[in-house]
Amino acid sequence: MASAPFTPASPMGFWQTFGPRADPVTALNWGFSALSVAVVVIVTVLVVAGVVTRAQRGVTDMAGLAVSRPPGGMRWIYIGVALTFVALVASLIWTVAVLAAVNSPAGRPAVTLEVTGHQWWWEVAYDGGPGESFTTANEIHIPAGAPVEVKLKGADVIHSFWIPALTGKTDTIPGRTNLAWLQADRPGVYRGQCAEYCGEQHAHMALYVKADAPADFEAWRQGQLKPGAVPATPDAIAGQQVFFERCGACHTVRGTEAGGAVGPDLTHLMSRTTIAAGTLPNTVANLSGWIENPQALKPGAKMPATYVPPAQLAQLRAYLETLR
Amino acid sequence: MSAWEDTRAPETRRLGAPGLGRELEEIWGEKPGLLGWISSVDHKEIGKRYIVTAFAFLILGGLEAFVMRLQLAGPELRLLTPEAYDQLFTMHGVTMIFLYAAPILSGFSNYLWPLLLGSRDMAFPRLNALSYWIYIAAGLFLYAGFVVGRGPNDGWFNYVPYADRAHDPGINIDVYALGLILLGISTTVGSANFVVTFLRTRCPGMSVNRVPILTWGTLTASVGNLLAVPSVSLAFFLLWMDRQFGTHFFDTGQGQPLLWQHLFWMFGHPWVYAIVLPAMGMVSDGLPTFCRRPLVGYTPVALATVTTMALGFGVWVHHMFATGLPSLSLSFFSAASIIIVIPSAVAVFAWTATIWTGRPVITTAFLFFAGMIVLFVIGGVSGFMTASAPLDWQLTDTYFIVAHLHYVLIGINVFPVVGGLYYWFPKITGRMLDERLGRWNFWTMFLGFNIAFLPMHLLGVLGMPRRIYTYPDGMGWSTTNLIVTLGSALFAAGVLLLLVNVAVSLRRGAKASDNPWAAPTLEWATTSPPPPYNFAVIPSVASRHPLWEARLGESDARSRLDEGLLLDHGRETIATTPLDAEPNLILEMPPDTPAPFLLALGLAIIFSGAAGHWWWLVGLGAVLIIVALLIWFWPNRTHADEPGQAGHV
Repeated sequence: MASAPFTPASPMGFWQTFGPRADPVTALNWGFSALSVAVVVIVTVLVVAGVVTRAQRGVTDMAGLAVSRPPGGMRWIYIGVALTFVALVASLIWTVAVLAAVNSPAGRPAVTLEVTGHQWWWEVAYDGGPGESFTTANEIHIPAGAPVEVKLKGADVIHSFWIPALTGKTDTIPGRTNLAWLQADRPGVYRGQCAEYCGEQHAHMALYVKADAPADFEAWRQGQLKPGAVPATPDAIAGQQVFFERCGACHTVRGTEAGGAVGPDLTHLMSRTTIAAGTLPNTVANLSGWIENPQALKPGAKMPATYVPPAQLAQLRAYLETLR
Repeated sequence: MSAWEDTRAPETRRLGAPGLGRELEEIWGEKPGLLGWISSVDHKEIGKRYIVTAFAFLILGGLEAFVMRLQLAGPELRLLTPEAYDQLFTMHGVTMIFLYAAPILSGFSNYLWPLLLGSRDMAFPRLNALSYWIYIAAGLFLYAGFVVGRGPNDGWFNYVPYADRAHDPGINIDVYALGLILLGISTTVGSANFVVTFLRTRCPGMSVNRVPILTWGTLTASVGNLLAVPSVSLAFFLLWMDRQFGTHFFDTGQGQPLLWQHLFWMFGHPWVYAIVLPAMGMVSDGLPTFCRRPLVGYTPVALATVTTMALGFGVWVHHMFATGLPSLSLSFFSAASIIIVIPSAVAVFAWTATIWTGRPVITTAFLFFAGMIVLFVIGGVSGFMTASAPLDWQLTDTYFIVAHLHYVLIGINVFPVVGGLYYWFPKITGRMLDERLGRWNFWTMFLGFNIAFLPMHLLGVLGMPRRIYTYPDGMGWSTTNLIVTLGSALFAAGVLLLLVNVAVSLRRGAKASDNPWAAPTLEWATTSPPPPYNFAVIPSVASRHPLWEARLGESDARSRLDEGLLLDHGRETIATTPLDAEPNLILEMPPDTPAPFLLALGLAIIFSGAAGHWWWLVGLGAVLIIVALLIWFWPNRTHADEPGQAGHV
């Protein structure tokens, strides 16, 4: 196993970004931040210095204080507004230039995928034509170094697709298809999270973009195209029956009779590193706890508590572990 | 209309004439007892009620915020359920934006306007009372769901489709929708009253270029409200129809979810200016008093106030940069949102120049006004950053926005309001707020505020989304969140000091003279507190600063404060021409009446009935409204025998 994949030092930060869709915006962010800090410092110094140098001290009764109208005040407004205007026009030109630069990728997208926001998880569909299409959830694999087009849809309410290190936000709005694109210049794992308030579990709606070297991406894609594994051990075979009865109405495992479209596609569940949209690491223990009572871990989640008896849960677990 | 057409020529009298105040006291005084209290239409009484009620909501909203800060003090805390958190952040926003920020300014403006303008009351005293009673009814209505655990839970912005019945089936959103429609009536009648008051009931000589900037701020806000509120009232009404009767304005498929966002922000952004411009006006009027010079650039500041609102109607899409709109429209709205900085810059440099070319006296009020300039600039530059569409794609819906909006709303609303309280408290109560406690109050609030909100910019850039009830460890957010929570505790302590100061000073504060700050404007020409009729004789003014004319010695023209129109044939005030303030009509003002209270009660009953589908209750409310209107419009013949009276206004 190679060393751990690259991840940004700040998982959700955007002071440093890693692709051409985000980088011009990051430069803009630094420039605007510097200008903003400078303005705040200048005005603060002016106000404080003005108060300190001009104050009348020891006044106990204002009744007798003189009033006058010294000249020269208007100059402040003329100069201040003129400088502000120049800075604003420059900022506006920069803004429009960045808008044009990130509007669309330089080349044809290597991959087109469709991301649908659900309460509270992400459906990710790769459309490669007949026999080349598959669906997964919460983890988006892309080839590093190539632009990827993302069609954004909303299943229920509005969510917002956001991978800070790679791209700013685009909302997923029911009834519309929004377009975004992103590109990761180097392989790595980039975290994202829903950015539009969408209800009780808005806080637990993360997703990951995993940028692979092109060969690794292709291997992953070939793996995902396969149908769900056929269980071989008695436990797993029994577990598959439990799955059909208890889970299949909402979840799909391709190649089996489980074809539900309410929850995430579980065909290759064990190839994913987290469950419940980044809520928990995908370990056997977490998976068991989640299946028994998702409401304890993610209150309000659309998956009801199943209370599968322990023996059946063990079989179910044995089956799920085969879904690699 | 020429002067005094169709009306009697009023008498002129000098102050100090025998029996002058006694008769006016009898005409304008409030009747004793609960009925008298409910029936009062005195703008000062209504203003004080607005201020007290709005402060109560500020404290309520602050407590909600503090509970949220406890939940967010560390990662993965479980103090609140997600549903409780969602209702808290929604009610916090609703409370602060609708029940505190706008009403507090209505309170100050109601109290101050007739005093600033040299009048005896607002143009429509009964509408004024109605506006207050509907406000408090709407406030209680909005809280009714929350106290039983069914409060609005979709944020104050209330986006559909989440707010549809399909996704949020409880009564939560219905209460919010109806409550805001009810509150909209209050805002509308209040705004109409300010507009007409500004145009018609200024004292003789107070031409539009002599009014205090506060009145420009409130006028601009009121015109803005009249144009903006219909949009949100309509939006909430359509939403209520969608939820109750299955219409399809906003749902997915037949309706259009984005329509909600347009209607909401077409209202929402002008509203932001409506809740800061009057507060900026307080600074523009208060700061010069302590700097011992007139405001630098009165005309540019007044024009900037109006310009801000005009541009403010063309920037709403900057709340929607991430919704997938085409680049051309993003460019346009980015440009408008960036250019709107210009009028704000005018104000900032005018205030700074006023300090530099004046001789500031450092009082607590001055500290709040001067501190506001710094907070305004911080809130301004962060707003400028989010105005840039591509940058906003990163910043929007993160804690950077939470920081930005609090610098705007606390920095440009709460700080001037508290400064204004220190400034006008002697006028309102006749006692000074304690200055020593005041310093502690200012520095605790100022430091607490900045410790709580400055680090939120960092949280935003570290990618912490808004409206999440918890967050995992390992994101780099944990320490900063703890600092924010500690800062908010310090800020809360500062607000507590203010309350202590008010409580102590109300009873033991030093007695205030008529004009303790030696200030320039008309409210300081009458007693502290003012008599029910404000001015025994109507003043006439010759400049922007009638009480500073002798000190400035700039011209020979003098305002007349000790001699003027008497107007004592019942409740009367003078109407003047809209631009030059030439007197041309005696306005007969209405007596105290419970009609506004009853009308508001009837409306509240109707809305409660609609929320609960108790249609008989709606009928009962309608009957009460008819009774209230009958009382309201019943002819009052006290002065009908005198020639040329204008009717009740």
